[in-house]
Amino acid sequence: MIDVKNLCKSFVLHNQGGAVLSVLRDVSLHVDAGECLVLHGPSGTGKSTILRCLYANYRTQHGTVRLRHQQRWVDMAGATPREILTVRRHTLGYVSQFLRVIPRIAALDIVMEPLVRNGAEHAAAKRSAQAWLERLNIPQRLWHLPPATFSGGEQQRINIARSLIAAPPILLLDEPTAALDGINRQVVIDLIDEAKRRGAAVAGVFHDTEVRDAVVTRLFNLDISGAPYGR
Amino acid sequence: MNTETDTPLLRVSGLTKRFGAHSACCDVGFEIFPGEVLCIVGESGSGKTTLLKCISAQLQPDHGSVEFDTRDQGLADIYRLSEPMRRMLARTDWGFVFQNPRDGLRAGVSAGANVAERLMAVGARHYANIRHEASGWMQKVELDARRIDDLPDTFSGGMQQRLQIARNLITRPRLVFMDEPTAGLDVSVQARLLDLLRGLAADLGLAAVIVTHDLAVARLLAQRMMVMRGGSVVESGLTDQVLDDPQHPYTQLLVSSVIQA
Amino acid sequence: MKPDDPGPTGYNFAYLDEQTKRMIRRALLKAVAIPGYQVPFGSREMPLPFGWGTGGIQVTAAVIGKNDVLKVIDQGSDDTTNAVNIRRFFARTAGIATTERTTDATIIQTRHRIPETPLAAGQIIVFQVPEPEPMRRLEAREAETRKMHALEEYGLIRVKLYEDITRHGHIATTYDYPVMVNDRMLMAPSPIPKFDNPKLDRNPALMLFGAGREKRIYAVPPYTKVRSLDFDDHPFEIQKWNQCCAQCGATDSFLDEVITDDRGGRMFVCSDSDYCRQRLAAGQRAPADQPDSAAASVQAAT
Repeated sequence: MIDVKNLCKSFVLHNQGGAVLSVLRDVSLHVDAGECLVLHGPSGTGKSTILRCLYANYRTQHGTVRLRHQQRWVDMAGATPREILTVRRHTLGYVSQFLRVIPRIAALDIVMEPLVRNGAEHAAAKRSAQAWLERLNIPQRLWHLPPATFSGGEQQRINIARSLIAAPPILLLDEPTAALDGINRQVVIDLIDEAKRRGAAVAGVFHDTEVRDAVVTRLFNLDISGAPYGR
Repeated sequence: MNTETDTPLLRVSGLTKRFGAHSACCDVGFEIFPGEVLCIVGESGSGKTTLLKCISAQLQPDHGSVEFDTRDQGLADIYRLSEPMRRMLARTDWGFVFQNPRDGLRAGVSAGANVAERLMAVGARHYANIRHEASGWMQKVELDARRIDDLPDTFSGGMQQRLQIARNLITRPRLVFMDEPTAGLDVSVQARLLDLLRGLAADLGLAAVIVTHDLAVARLLAQRMMVMRGGSVVESGLTDQVLDDPQHPYTQLLVSSVIQA
Repeated sequence: MKPDDPGPTGYNFAYLDEQTKRMIRRALLKAVAIPGYQVPFGSREMPLPFGWGTGGIQVTAAVIGKNDVLKVIDQGSDDTTNAVNIRRFFARTAGIATTERTTDATIIQTRHRIPETPLAAGQIIVFQVPEPEPMRRLEAREAETRKMHALEEYGLIRVKLYEDITRHGHIATTYDYPVMVNDRMLMAPSPIPKFDNPKLDRNPALMLFGAGREKRIYAVPPYTKVRSLDFDDHPFEIQKWNQCCAQCGATDSFLDEVITDDRGGRMFVCSDSDYCRQRLAAGQRAPADQPDSAAASVQAAT
């Protein structure tokens, strides 16, 4: 479902005298359906960067980043913007580390949107969104409010609901439980398990060892130079 | 919203426009598909407004072509079409939202007449129906429909902009061009207008080309983005890509210059 | 009436030189070829200022011949100052016969009315036009209005009618009411009351329009379709009165309101003086029990 080969990613900071930050060197990994690959390593080793490259949020300098999309492989590193958007819409769910919220839209509408966008009937999408919000313990009084004023944990749960509601075949999770309490951590663990069981491929970064150990199928280790080690 | 078709709605190739020795636009090319929103971002003098005018049939380029997917001829160079055909497209299949709403509205007639003009231009002849449609569109852009008989200058700037949007959308154009649609408005008014635009683009499956100097507008409205400088496109790609991982020095400068509130 | 004097020397027949007449006739031919289309022409200096019918006079001068009989009316009447002056102008410069009877005229020059008596094939009616462009008030740019006519883009005039209904509950234009000629050209019929618009449709006479100040000529050939603009649910309607003419009793003519004293007394009489006269000569009279004019209401008049 995910097949990365020889991925290299660096940043050139033109406004800082052209300094080059090499973050990933020759990374290769794969994730099969039903697996959860945990990206593991110290801070700054490029774990989030890998996820962002998978999502095509970051460009890559070298290598292929192939995702299984509707019975064919798409190389996100070389795909056109249109193709990437299609893959994101139908195949990818992405919970990012940074909680950038779309302003002034109610939580319920944010969660519903991936379903509505793909043609789901409005009332059914709404019911589904409500179910997800309930599962993630978002109180009903918050459903019609924009998440900008929510706590970090609440925002994160909105993002999780939104990313998972359309049951995407590939999930990219970047610290999905960072701001969550014990109860909600467990909910997320259950959600990831369900995703694996329905055949999704999950790639994630988890600093919380409890969560990591509960969901991991395999570890992928990165060392400080951005190169993989061991395994 | 169908992003699976193969024919682009608009294809720009090698577009060049000079004013004397000065190159306002140099060899610009891109495609837009139905339902896509593209933001052209740049600072003053970058050539973005010239580009917008060239692709919306207001200014003929010196080189290159602008092809639009017409309903009966397929992809056709808009500057090879007859003028009546071009004007018809501009009235029905395209919309153009001016930066200053007064450029896009008739000051001497009521809001309803402004909104409904395009309908009447394509043959609508039933007064009550015309009025009903105009009223409906005013509501869609979140204006009080009871103000349908008021003159445009009795509305605030933000509301005039909404009127202009309604006036353009009433014929359900497939492609809308916008020139700095939120510039000059108060920040809170801008925000609400952007929300409206985002909602409308999603609901109606509009394709749009939006020229702006404001990166936040691009982030909020556009899936794709092009950065222009000195008449050339220095970077283009998905909006989140360009803003989170800018490659070109100028883009990096732009992104880092934005003050986060 | 034949002129008393043989006419001033030094002027060509009907004042204009032959080359100018040719130029105007060329314009008229073009105008007739495209009904309702405004043809630019080289409007000449006439011995009266712009705004007093110089366009109409030039058209009449270009088409009038020795054997023509001319009638001139202003607001329907043959004996207003302007009508008298124009008629005398042609009598002096062309020596042609003039008349007040519609049926006897071969050329009728008119300001602001079409005679009640139906016109016949072979007659020419010449309209004096102040503003030939029906969309001028909405679109000041000549280049733009020309394009609109060329491309049949008439949304703007509909906007104006829409606005009228919005403001007044009905289309408030009561004169110079825009028409579609031959299903193609939008035309300003000159400031005739909308009451007269139906007379334009398929009229057997040749209708010529001259705007001297604006330098445009247009025409509607005989039997051409002329349709007043309207909305499906606000159809075109002409003015109606509750009264008949206080003199001849006509119920089908355009009535003028005449103030008779300074205590609010008024009466309604035919605007077309010849029509009224003919009816009186034929023995028609107003009924004795006319409703009190001061209390009467006028439907849809100005």
